[in-house]
Amino acid sequence: MKHDLIILGGGPAGLAAAIAAYDAGVRDLLIVERDRELGGILNQCIHNGFGLHTFSEELTGPEYAARFIEGVRERNIPYVLNTMALHVSPEKAVTLLSRTDGLQTVSAKAIILAMGCRERSRGALNIPGYRPAGIYSAGTAQRLVNIEGFLPGREIVILGSGDIGLIMARRLTLEGAKVKVVAELMPYSGGLKRNIVQCLDDYGIPLKLSHTVVDIRGRKRVEGVTIAAVDAQNKPIPGTEEEYACDTLLLSCGLIPENELSREMGVSINPVTNGPVVNESLETSVPGVFAAGNVLHVHDLVDFVSEEAAAAGRAAAAYLENGETARREIPVRFEGGVRYTVPSTIDPALVRDALTVRFRVGSVMKNRIVSVWMDGERVQKKRRQIMAPGEMEEVRLTREQFDAHPGLDDLLIRVEEA
Amino acid sequence: METVNLICIGCPMGCPMTVTLENGVVTGVSGNTCKRGDIYARKEVTAPTRIVTSTLRVTGSRTGAVTVPCKTKTDLPKNDIFRCMRALAGVTAKAPIHIGDVLISDVAGTGVDIVATKDVL
Repeated sequence: MKHDLIILGGGPAGLAAAIAAYDAGVRDLLIVERDRELGGILNQCIHNGFGLHTFSEELTGPEYAARFIEGVRERNIPYVLNTMALHVSPEKAVTLLSRTDGLQTVSAKAIILAMGCRERSRGALNIPGYRPAGIYSAGTAQRLVNIEGFLPGREIVILGSGDIGLIMARRLTLEGAKVKVVAELMPYSGGLKRNIVQCLDDYGIPLKLSHTVVDIRGRKRVEGVTIAAVDAQNKPIPGTEEEYACDTLLLSCGLIPENELSREMGVSINPVTNGPVVNESLETSVPGVFAAGNVLHVHDLVDFVSEEAAAAGRAAAAYLENGETARREIPVRFEGGVRYTVPSTIDPALVRDALTVRFRVGSVMKNRIVSVWMDGERVQKKRRQIMAPGEMEEVRLTREQFDAHPGLDDLLIRVEEA
Repeated sequence: METVNLICIGCPMGCPMTVTLENGVVTGVSGNTCKRGDIYARKEVTAPTRIVTSTLRVTGSRTGAVTVPCKTKTDLPKNDIFRCMRALAGVTAKAPIHIGDVLISDVAGTGVDIVATKDVL
């Protein structure tokens, strides 16, 4: 079997990429989804707050997904469910496995990686103590409650203040469980302010910053955890230990882009984002392979996933039409606390009307200016009252700015003191 | 005079705000650094509301779904949240269900409907 375009993943990124590619003229395409339905993680995110940027209304996760699933159906874009992509070769041969069709290899002229991300697990966090039942990632608990219809525990402690953990603190409280505390290793929360107020403060759930879990007790089932304060080097401070009796520990300690398939096919990975290194077309180091959404870098808002994925869809369509073209690779340099940018390189000739460059900073910073420099000249600046690691930033580079700097070879994004 | 301390949710600044009230009427907001903080603070201390989202049990789904996600169609006064949740506890919905279908009307006498947020066939 052969397709012009295969999209790996039927979540928000895959759906938006498929629609945009179709609208740009691609007709022979296939979405591959491993779950039993399209929509990805949005299906279990039943809370509201999605789509403010895209639709100017607050939708729940399933409602947001439904708008894009509808878009896929209207266009009759083919998709397969319950199908796992096991391997992708550098030549773009995709090995698929499903109960109904068994093992098959499908080759593609272009691929969009839209596999999303995974939660950091207990193993990756190195938490000492026993290994009883009752330790879940926050997303697993979310799936159990919202889709499978089970309550995973009655007395809960949450480690990590990522958004999923905060959302689950509220959700479990509403379902009758007692959430005793949320402990966060960092001196600030990685979650949105809105979620701290509406999920913790509303229900009187304490948030302990600069604290972590140092012991888990219980042989068969979790019976309690020990929480301690940490110093500036994130080391537990002896004497600060507090015991919490609980039957469940949830982990909400960060998300990691899921790039096993990308690595196997030889895609270069950015060690900061754990996602592929991409150019202005969101094309990876393997020509004709594009990436968007949480597989590329972890987002806070699905609206930006959809926007980014649509750009990847259009870029894949252009690749299918024009093939590989000679290109320049101007690195996007950054200074002043910026941790990474997406994209990493730009060919100005391939930017259409404008290009959105997304980035994150490494610490909370107040009163800053985000400026963009082209060949030593500041071409734009914007004031930011506050910047935080938990909130993705962006700058929009315009066609006019590139046109005003022909032969550009130095592009810099810098965060400066105001 | 009564004072209430709030954290603004308008942006990542998270301004710590203090609202002063006289007999339930807001007489001042301080600590905010923009207009949005003022508006949020006034509503939050006088008539705080929330959309409540949850799930109901489902029977008869041909795709094997056991739950349907749902929400209050409009905001609910914050004090009514747990009353609303208790009213959802024993309810089972019958598939097929479509987005926007009213699953419970006038939940717990609040005047607000519970609607489905997903198609369950």
